Amino acid sequence: MRVMAQMAMVMNLDKCIGCHTCSVTCKQAWTNRAGTEYVWFNNVETRPGQGYPRTYEDQEEWKGGWTLTRKGRLTLKSGSRWKKLATIFSNPKLPSIQDYYEPWTYDYATLTDAPAQQHTPVARPKSLLTGEDMKIEWSANWDDNLGGSEATFAKDPILQKVSTEVKRSFEETFMFYLPRICEHCLNPSCAASCPSGAIYKRSEDGIVLVDQDRCRGWRMCVSGCPYKKVYFNHRTGKAEKCTFCFPRVEVGLPTVCSETCVGRLRYIGLVLYDADKVLEAASVTDDKALYEAQLGVFLDPDDPEVQREAEKAGIPFDWMEAARRSPIRKLICDWKVALPLHPEYRTMPMVWYVPPLSPVVDVVRDTGEDAEDAGNLFAAVDALRIPVEYLAELFTAGDVAPVDRVLRQLAAMRSYMRDINLGREPDASTPAAVGMTEEEMYDMYRLLALAKYDERY
Amino acid sequence: MSDTRPGLDDGLAEALVRTRRYFTKGTVSEDLRTLHHQGGRDADAFYRDRWSHDKVVRSTHGVNCTGSCSWKVYVKDGIITWETQQTDYPSTGPDRPEYEPRGCPRGAAFSWYTYSPTRVRYPYVRGALLQMYREAKSQHGDPVAAWAHVVDHPDRARHYKSQRGKGGMVRATWEEAVEIVAAAYVHTIKKWGPDRVAGFSPIPAMSMVSHASGARFTSLVGGSMLSFYDWYADLPVASPQVFGDQTDVPESGDWWDAGYLIMWGSNVPVTRTPDAHWMAEARYRGQKVIAVSPDYADNVKFADEWLPARPGTDGALALSMGQVILQEFFVERTTPYFTDYVKRYSDLPFLVKLVSTGSTTEMRPGKFLTAEDLGSTPEGTENAAFKTVLLDARTGEPVVPNGTLGDRFGEQGAGRWNLDLGDVDPLLSLEGGDATETVTLTLPAFGDVDGSAGETTATVRARRVDGHLVTTVYELMLARYAGYTPEWQEPITGVPAAAARRIAREFAQNAEESRGRSMIIMGAGTNHWFHSDTIYRAFLALTTLTGCQGVNGGGWAHYVGQEKCRPVTGWAQLASALDWSRPPRQMIQTAYWYLHTDQFRYDPFSADALSSTRSDGRFAGLTTADLIAQSARMGWMPSYPTFDRNPLDLADEAAAAGRPVAEHVVEELEAGRLRFACEDPDSPENFPRVLSIWRANLLGSSAKGDEYFLKHLLGTDSSLRAEEAGAGHRPRDVEWHDEAPEGKLDLLLTLDFRQTSTTLFSDVVLPAATWYEKHDLNTTDMHPFIHSFNPAIAPPWQTRTDWDAWQAIAARFSELAWTHLGTRRDVVAMPLLHDTPDALATPHGVVKDWKRGECRPEPGRTMPKLVEVERDYAAVGAQMGALGPLLDTLGTTTKGVTYDVTASIDYLRAKNGAVRGGPADGRPSLVRDVHACEAILALSGTTNGHLAVQGFKTLEKRTGTVMHDLAAEHEGKQITFADTQAAPVPVITSPEWSGSESGGRRYSPFTINVERLKPWHTLTGRQHFYLDHDWMQELGEELPVYRPPLDMATLFSEPAPGTVGDERGAATITVRYLTPHNKWSIHSEYQDNLFMLSLSRGGQLIWMSEVDAAKAGIADNDWIEAVNRNGVVVARAVVSHRMPEGTVYMHHAQDRLIDVPLAETSGKRGGIHNSLTRLLVKPSHLVGGYAQLSYAFNYLGPTGNQRDEVTVIRRRSQEVRYS
Repeated sequence: MRVMAQMAMVMNLDKCIGCHTCSVTCKQAWTNRAGTEYVWFNNVETRPGQGYPRTYEDQEEWKGGWTLTRKGRLTLKSGSRWKKLATIFSNPKLPSIQDYYEPWTYDYATLTDAPAQQHTPVARPKSLLTGEDMKIEWSANWDDNLGGSEATFAKDPILQKVSTEVKRSFEETFMFYLPRICEHCLNPSCAASCPSGAIYKRSEDGIVLVDQDRCRGWRMCVSGCPYKKVYFNHRTGKAEKCTFCFPRVEVGLPTVCSETCVGRLRYIGLVLYDADKVLEAASVTDDKALYEAQLGVFLDPDDPEVQREAEKAGIPFDWMEAARRSPIRKLICDWKVALPLHPEYRTMPMVWYVPPLSPVVDVVRDTGEDAEDAGNLFAAVDALRIPVEYLAELFTAGDVAPVDRVLRQLAAMRSYMRDINLGREPDASTPAAVGMTEEEMYDMYRLLALAKYDERY
Repeated sequence: MSDTRPGLDDGLAEALVRTRRYFTKGTVSEDLRTLHHQGGRDADAFYRDRWSHDKVVRSTHGVNCTGSCSWKVYVKDGIITWETQQTDYPSTGPDRPEYEPRGCPRGAAFSWYTYSPTRVRYPYVRGALLQMYREAKSQHGDPVAAWAHVVDHPDRARHYKSQRGKGGMVRATWEEAVEIVAAAYVHTIKKWGPDRVAGFSPIPAMSMVSHASGARFTSLVGGSMLSFYDWYADLPVASPQVFGDQTDVPESGDWWDAGYLIMWGSNVPVTRTPDAHWMAEARYRGQKVIAVSPDYADNVKFADEWLPARPGTDGALALSMGQVILQEFFVERTTPYFTDYVKRYSDLPFLVKLVSTGSTTEMRPGKFLTAEDLGSTPEGTENAAFKTVLLDARTGEPVVPNGTLGDRFGEQGAGRWNLDLGDVDPLLSLEGGDATETVTLTLPAFGDVDGSAGETTATVRARRVDGHLVTTVYELMLARYAGYTPEWQEPITGVPAAAARRIAREFAQNAEESRGRSMIIMGAGTNHWFHSDTIYRAFLALTTLTGCQGVNGGGWAHYVGQEKCRPVTGWAQLASALDWSRPPRQMIQTAYWYLHTDQFRYDPFSADALSSTRSDGRFAGLTTADLIAQSARMGWMPSYPTFDRNPLDLADEAAAAGRPVAEHVVEELEAGRLRFACEDPDSPENFPRVLSIWRANLLGSSAKGDEYFLKHLLGTDSSLRAEEAGAGHRPRDVEWHDEAPEGKLDLLLTLDFRQTSTTLFSDVVLPAATWYEKHDLNTTDMHPFIHSFNPAIAPPWQTRTDWDAWQAIAARFSELAWTHLGTRRDVVAMPLLHDTPDALATPHGVVKDWKRGECRPEPGRTMPKLVEVERDYAAVGAQMGALGPLLDTLGTTTKGVTYDVTASIDYLRAKNGAVRGGPADGRPSLVRDVHACEAILALSGTTNGHLAVQGFKTLEKRTGTVMHDLAAEHEGKQITFADTQAAPVPVITSPEWSGSESGGRRYSPFTINVERLKPWHTLTGRQHFYLDHDWMQELGEELPVYRPPLDMATLFSEPAPGTVGDERGAATITVRYLTPHNKWSIHSEYQDNLFMLSLSRGGQLIWMSEVDAAKAGIADNDWIEAVNRNGVVVARAVVSHRMPEGTVYMHHAQDRLIDVPLAETSGKRGGIHNSLTRLLVKPSHLVGGYAQLSYAFNYLGPTGNQRDEVTVIRRRSQEVRYS
């Protein structure tokens, strides 16, 4: 056992309002400068949608992350590191700027400076790459709120995998938001892709960083990252990425994206894991087993053996305390309501998500029943507006069972709490039906609903 | 043999990586997957350096978003770098979510403006004007003469006015720009009158001191401050109608208390971004959430059920839900909680006289039965016509309960204005009993689709009381709602009847079980319609019938506009300069622009197009402009300019004749020598001449009928395509000029920190400090805190705070006024005011027009009050900067409660220091913006505990109930500006508002009414279902009624929605045109911000359904044009299946300055969202002088609604030109 500590994040998608405050505060703080105009360390995608950069989840196209060789050994999907080194000068799997978007500004000054003229002055868009006039054809968030959905649906890589037919009809519309930062993976394929050894994982907290002095701008990390969360600064010629706001985290402040999240849906905390088990977990054969496998590498900070090993590994006592009261641990390990994003990429990502409990479709409503009644609860989950299959493709490599379980836990919480809210006798059978005690359910309610500042971080 | 251990790649790669382990400073993991580093990471210095900053300053955003979020502004080397949200709001308690963090992406992008190229850095003047002014000044020497030389000469005036909005602004010094402005004011006041100058700055709550700056100047000189809440159509007129209150709503933290929540036309994640979490989180308490929205809006994602009611049909859905509640919870069974509630807190038990329709058998509801009608009423009973009557179930006898309007004023009502019923048990239903008879009623009905007037019949039970055939409002409601079944609404709204029925049932069941914790969040989606007052009355019926109003977690939650200036009394003294002169001129902005931008000339229909069939013909032969004129002369609504003569001259004439000015005016009016200006708005002496705008973007945002503004008000190019009304549809009382004037306005002044359409069309632009560069105060209805703006940096370049800029203007104005104006007397025409005895002016709402000879013109009763005011124009500069002496003697008055503020004056004299010398010698200083903040805080009960307690004690004398304990816990508390700088501070429970925060509870409106039996400010003192004013009856709106969106095909000959192709065979589609709030802006603020543009599609957009797009051959991101009679818009299409067929959205306030090409249709720059809209005034909003239907500023007035519009959309050439 080799105990390591990892800073991790959970986002409760059920509370995400898609406002993009996280994106803006992150950009203002970190990438509001020349060379990173197109860069959003934090972005928010409407799903269904193509994402940013476009179709980044299509690994048959982009070859990000890891895969298993025929022998069952883990290898970069873009080819072995040996092969990477051999093809270092031609990197075919790099998204072009058009796949992100061509950043632009406007000639605002003309509004003030325009001489007397025939028409009202207007600020036209100008490319930040060429300085020329342009028609805006794509942006970091072009398909926000299902804008241009005809094209979006056709190119959403997840939608193409979902077996149930998702119709693009007004009545059956669904959407949700997916905020994304770097996953700070336990098994980062960006680091493995770097020919210069410039990408490293901080030993004490697992934050993945690019060493700006060592980076030689090969951009293999951009290709290697299946989440496309390493960016190329075209001014400095170096790779840059989300730093998990380490200058803030080091002094006890949450990341900018977390603290400024007005949906109050982000949680930050420490988890302990066994570094010796990561490779094995990332190498399990069945994609659908990767979620459980990753759970298997986490360590219980209450376990005396873990405590002994942690002390040996030099992890301070207050870090152990942090791991013990970590909201992340509760959400991921105890109640298991948070799930990893695309475990099938085998990077062991460490930004996890509580899936959205979306509204029920007309099916339940038309039965004339109240979907909040405990009796209808599970029928309601089956009739969710967002197809469970779609969520499963995001969080569990297509295995609907864990997603279904989480949604039932959330629905059960609502039902259980409604009785308390209205002063009725709470029904212990409701949490029991989803394998939770009343106390656990109440604690989960506190963390998800009250979500006090000092309990989120 | 294959290796079965987990591993990487193959042996060769492994060997390679293994080798590198020895050459790197970091640690390559044992399994060779990754690299670890420990400590000393010099290479990351860049990020540490980037995070560093010198200081963090608390400020906020002065934008009408209701957010009122406190922010941390980071400063490094004297430069603002970025902002993040504060998280230090006082706790809501251990068992609730908190308010932290508050903010949204728009606010997070604000600092971009500070140094952006759209920042207004220097004063600018229109080149053509400046040149002529300079020439004239060199000729005349005197600035006022120079201004007159330019504007009074038609060719010169036309020359610079026609240049508006076409570039050519040149830099000027502050001194010169201020001189021009001051000269324009002096000249206009002298020549045309002080009511010919106007100021527009909305929403004091968003930055009270900045609002007060120009408002104070405008009020001191006698100018007209334009309203905003009604103008923006954010005012729910149903609120004064039903509650007798402008708007009072729960804080967002109270959503948590609701057990059932309907979001109805309110897209909470977009328009209440910092508050949305309360809704998301309350679901985890088991709250059920419903969304009613025509599109799959952002909030639908959170809802358990989505009712996609067609646009503008919400009233039908709500009425049908009301029908279910009445039927299932009142008729089929009695629900004790509901019954007890409506008996005490609503007008349902009150008696209404039934009157003959002329037919022998059919009746219709008439006026409330009052004490006047009862034989038992003693002689000398005060205000008997305002004491409404109910039947006591125990005795069957009529009773006048406590708490009616008749008890609110006069000696007899002292101690009786309360809702204590004593032993009386109000009778709701007249079922049973020998005295009951059944009567057939005719009730107005309107076509479910086209709105055409018709009628329906129903039966009610009635009784005779003292010879009057009467019934209860409850019985009338049953009759009214009888036909409004869920089945009836299904074809109208598209919502299945079963769904409507079930949601209604659930809503009521939840309210019954939780004792009133069912809530409806309602928003602009339902409030911006022409007939929104009827929609809202149908909503409010749901919350009142189920006992939800005045209960935490229940009732209406109307959030449209940041209307809640919590320290309202303090702000009002400063902004209206009530400390120096009273009354101020305050104008209803919708009527102002309807007349002054000549939109009234383009109404090809008569006012009775909206009447019911049972109309008395009151509106026959009249136009809307005639009704506005009637409302003005009867004293219902304010009207400025008031007369067709300078009011200073009127006062002089009276003085010369040696008689009171009121007498003089009445005589002149009766003789026909003097007329109301609104009866001839196109005559030059009645033009608005000077308009100053700050904190607002009229021409790029709120100007409904934007192209009418450009043409008639400004006299520049427009894309107006409408035709004027033909001979048969012109006004009767309002003069018609064959040639409509263009360019009425002489000076448009704007203060702003960024370029907008308003600055580009202005004659003078002054550079303003931003929200991170000044001191100010901010509040909202969404949370109970007051907090501050603070300068992170000093105002850069030549920018100044609004407070400083207006003091500079006032100082120069006074210098010029010394010789040109001196001290003058002014006659101010004041409308009949709400919360004063003026509300007793019109017994029974029976209308009498003196101009028609129906009564005498009697100021303060049948016409406006006429008040003489002395204006020392040379002292205005000094008055701006000091708190005046009227407060010492008159105190302050809010909502009928008068406060003695002498202690606050002494406090402020010590706190701010006293002014030395001059006209304001010895008065507390208001020179600095911080002084103004302290004055606001010291003069309101919400921030000064002494005043709150005093106000409640004053109120107790009228109600006879105990209330001052509500504020007692904070009696010694005076919130200072320093307190608001340290952290957001919770406000104190005060009689200025209707809810209680005592003991840290969440704010919900009307809890004081319900818990302390304080009457509502209405006729009956209860919440009203029934309105018996003549005009309400004329419109068929005595009771909640369904009126669909206006039929623009009938009214204006626009194509009907759904029409495909135009007469020339081009591929077009006619659709409903809605302008909901934008995800990427707050009104026009931020829509030009590069971050917001980068996260959206970077320019003007129109969202449309895939179905409509296909019909017109439009693909996503195609350039399209939207055209109707009002103007033209060029935009790109966003095609999405989340949009319903038949409706497009052009999100609100996309200004024409960003990526808008020339339109093919007009050859001119494409317009703004309001280029396709125009003003339509609803007569019921003009009612005044009667109980709760009495005027107060932003409390009642016609709304600038814009939702009922249609447009034709077509794909245009994809080759776009910009010049």
